[in-house]
Amino acid sequence: MSIAIQNVSKRFREFQALKDVSLIIKDGELVALLGPSGSGKTTLLRIIAGLEQPDSGKVTTETRIKRQANSVGFVFQHYALFKHMSVFENVAFGLRVRKKAQRLSEEQIHEKVMKLLGLVHLESYHARFPSQLSGGQRQRVALARALAVEPQILLLDEPFGALDAKVRKELRRWMRRLHEELHITTIFVTHDQEEAMEMSDRVVVMSQGKIEQLGTPEEVYLQPANGFVYDFLGHYNEFAAWQLPDGTLLLQEGAQQAKPAPLFTESSTKWIRHIPFVSRLFAPERPTPQSYAKDTHTSPTAGVPVKVFCRPHEMYFYITQEPGTVKATIVHMNPAGPLVKIELERDNGALLDAELAKTVVDKLQLMKHQAVYVMPRNMKVFA
Amino acid sequence: MKHMAAHEPRLMRLLISLIAISAILLLILLPVIAVFVEAFSRGADVYVESLAEPDAQAAIWLTVLVALIAVPFNLVFGVAASWAIAKFEFAGKRLLLTLIDLPFSVSPVISGLAFVLVFGAHGLMGDWLVRHGIEIIFAVPGLVITTVFVTFPFVARELIPLMQEQGREEEEAAILLGASAWQMFRHVTLPNIRLGLLYGVLLCNARAMGEFGAVSVVSGHIRGETTTIPLYVEMLYNEYNFAAAFAVASVLTLLALVTLAAKQWVERKRHV
Repeated sequence: MSIAIQNVSKRFREFQALKDVSLIIKDGELVALLGPSGSGKTTLLRIIAGLEQPDSGKVTTETRIKRQANSVGFVFQHYALFKHMSVFENVAFGLRVRKKAQRLSEEQIHEKVMKLLGLVHLESYHARFPSQLSGGQRQRVALARALAVEPQILLLDEPFGALDAKVRKELRRWMRRLHEELHITTIFVTHDQEEAMEMSDRVVVMSQGKIEQLGTPEEVYLQPANGFVYDFLGHYNEFAAWQLPDGTLLLQEGAQQAKPAPLFTESSTKWIRHIPFVSRLFAPERPTPQSYAKDTHTSPTAGVPVKVFCRPHEMYFYITQEPGTVKATIVHMNPAGPLVKIELERDNGALLDAELAKTVVDKLQLMKHQAVYVMPRNMKVFA
Repeated sequence: MKHMAAHEPRLMRLLISLIAISAILLLILLPVIAVFVEAFSRGADVYVESLAEPDAQAAIWLTVLVALIAVPFNLVFGVAASWAIAKFEFAGKRLLLTLIDLPFSVSPVISGLAFVLVFGAHGLMGDWLVRHGIEIIFAVPGLVITTVFVTFPFVARELIPLMQEQGREEEEAAILLGASAWQMFRHVTLPNIRLGLLYGVLLCNARAMGEFGAVSVVSGHIRGETTTIPLYVEMLYNEYNFAAAFAVASVLTLLALVTLAAKQWVERKRHV
């Protein structure tokens, strides 16, 4: 089922939760509503579900096939399982409350519920009560219960928010597979950018009741529409630079000479590398950065002063001063894992974050209190 | 010093426990026993006779009747009001909350008087009521109205915090799964509050049957017609008919004991 959200606004007393939001969700899509708390993402989800009425605007849905069953499956953040019912009865609820004429027979209900419990790997837990289950198990019961009514849209509110990291990862993977199997139009709310990136076909980045950007995970990460999106999707460092008339950027503090292709690039990646679409971007030949002026004689004063931003994994390290680098001192190193998180302090007191492959750190023999030269690459400028 | 410190609390504990236990014995258990002792002081025959007396029978049945109207009314009202207050935002919510608490904060005698001022022959609606031949004050309807008022808060006060804590999510889940409003209430809302509801109803019932002050003002003390058990007991007592007074009182005391036992049972179930 496709969903069209047109000019939806919603206000709770003094708080404007949604401001004129429009969005079209295609049939079979898996969409993440991503944003900080108070950005209106949950309100939007609840309006799509029909749990809230918009003050203005409308939500229309278009169905391929007419079905008698309920069209919305909703999974609540805290699951909202019926505490006094067994797992079986929870899942069967949507089937039992149907009108007599449409109700399945007791055997059919039993068969269907057990099949759903099989899908979520909980067959042997059918007689348990919600209080006897772990968080991850409850989550799966809530999902089975929502799927029992054969919904055409599946809506999930912070589905993995209350679970620990390991279970979350498993459920995410499983959820993604389930979507590939069932192909139900799915919308989920999250404040975790990693979760949104990893699971969805498209990400809707929201803040303060508005949609900041709408696009594939690849688009929003690599071409953030504005500073908010860039900020929300990861850590960053800030530099002062000159923007020249032809669009090239020069660091104000750095030596002004261009020096493409720094020594260690290939391994300075981060978690994002593990995501399928991103790994493509790390193919052997990387695009050369256009961040530096080709003409070394350009006067910096011909440019406009701007703030530029750079991700921690796009910081390249040099032991000796090179053109386009900034001097900084290593103040902290966290070597847990294949990526070393490094905190640097510049001479002007500003702090910088960097992420470097362990192998690179070893090769350069980087140590705490050591002075190094860093070159930010793939810099972004926002109006 | 160390020795003292180790022993003093135990001694103190013993002393405090002793005081508490004797207070309970003296102030609570002893009077209850006294009621039964006095009730049977002139033998079981007099006890049975006192209860079989037509006026006593009338008082008992009137009390049951009043409770049978007041308790279900406040059950329905209490559930509806707490549901509205706990789960929705609306104008006048605070006012409604205050109104629910009003019967608790006003002395029962005052509330009885207030009803006399409204429904009495010389009251606000007096002329109209007399012209239409409707009797409220010094009649059964007055007893019912007053009892409803006095027992107003019990169910609602019990349910509001319970429902607030539970929130709307389970109900919303039920609606999204296709349940009708009634199915939602029957299968989700009600099972979640059933012990709290039972507890509220028990307290409401105990008060409805035991209310004295407010009912006393509107009753008119017409023997065999508008006297509930507490009023009848007072009447007998004022007539120095102690054995009969305590015999009738023992019925109310028994009710209290049953309520207590039921309350205990509910509480145990709740904390499992």
